[in-house]
Amino acid sequence: MADETTDSGPVTTLATPIRLDFEFTPGVAQSRFLRGLERGEFFGQRCPKCGKVYVPSRGTCPTDGVATTEDVKLGNSGTVTTYCVVNVPFAGQSIEIPYICAQILLDGANLSFMGLIQEIPTDQIRMGMRVEAVWVDQSELTPSLASVRYFRPNGEPDADYETYKEYL
Amino acid sequence: MADSEVLHAEHHLEYPYSRSTGPIIGAFLTGLRDGIFLGATGSDGRIIVPPTEYDPITSDDVGELVPVGPGGVIESWAWVSHPLRKHPLQKPFAWALVKLDGADTAMLHAVDAPGPEALATGTRVTARFRPAAERIGSMADLEAFVVEGGAS
Repeated sequence: MADETTDSGPVTTLATPIRLDFEFTPGVAQSRFLRGLERGEFFGQRCPKCGKVYVPSRGTCPTDGVATTEDVKLGNSGTVTTYCVVNVPFAGQSIEIPYICAQILLDGANLSFMGLIQEIPTDQIRMGMRVEAVWVDQSELTPSLASVRYFRPNGEPDADYETYKEYL
Repeated sequence: MADSEVLHAEHHLEYPYSRSTGPIIGAFLTGLRDGIFLGATGSDGRIIVPPTEYDPITSDDVGELVPVGPGGVIESWAWVSHPLRKHPLQKPFAWALVKLDGADTAMLHAVDAPGPEALATGTRVTARFRPAAERIGSMADLEAFVVEGGAS
């Protein structure tokens, strides 16, 4: 509204921001995942009944309804199960387009999560591609996914479709 | 895991909306920026403050905008002992319906008073605007009403 303090013309617009303030706590299970990120490691939790490993874990198995108590350290590499190439600019965009958004199944996990893929032309991304996490500098690690700069191809041959077909 | 290891963080979600005021509300806000109140003349001759966009009876455009106030009378009020962060005053104050001199409707705003004992239905108040250089064409340009001739 700075223009209206200097302009003596009629008022035509009114700033009406809406702000919601939250105190957020991720809970015990996700705190462990976030503390892992602070150390440059991915942590999941295993269901004691079905054996599946969730990352990030919400503290319970959604299938069996029991607490996931065993922490499992996961690999730094994973497999692209599916992806999307973003070509459309939007408000607040922080990454230069085009870029790749992919679902990544970390080694040892039974749940994929979304990650940014870089260091590869967007037309070369494919299902089954093996990728690895690139972390921020040691001094910049925080308990946040911002600790992972992006994922990039790790040079391994593509994963067999059978290994990730359940996770599409 | 100890409770202290469970993370907490502040999370703020904000939508930076801006609204078009239209000619009537825009004129009212322009008036506040200039330190005056404007009311709209209704089809029945009543002066409506703050002005409505349309006549409440006929739904036609409202008539001429006329200056009212800056003094007025409290019609109803409620004391706020513990102001919230978004309230206009960060000390105890009153919300009041104030019928400005020359107006036929009351408007809601804050009254800066030393305490609830200083206020009553019928108490005369007057506007305290922000300094001219700080006014931007907003309802907040009117800092508060104060009791006429009283200390606050």
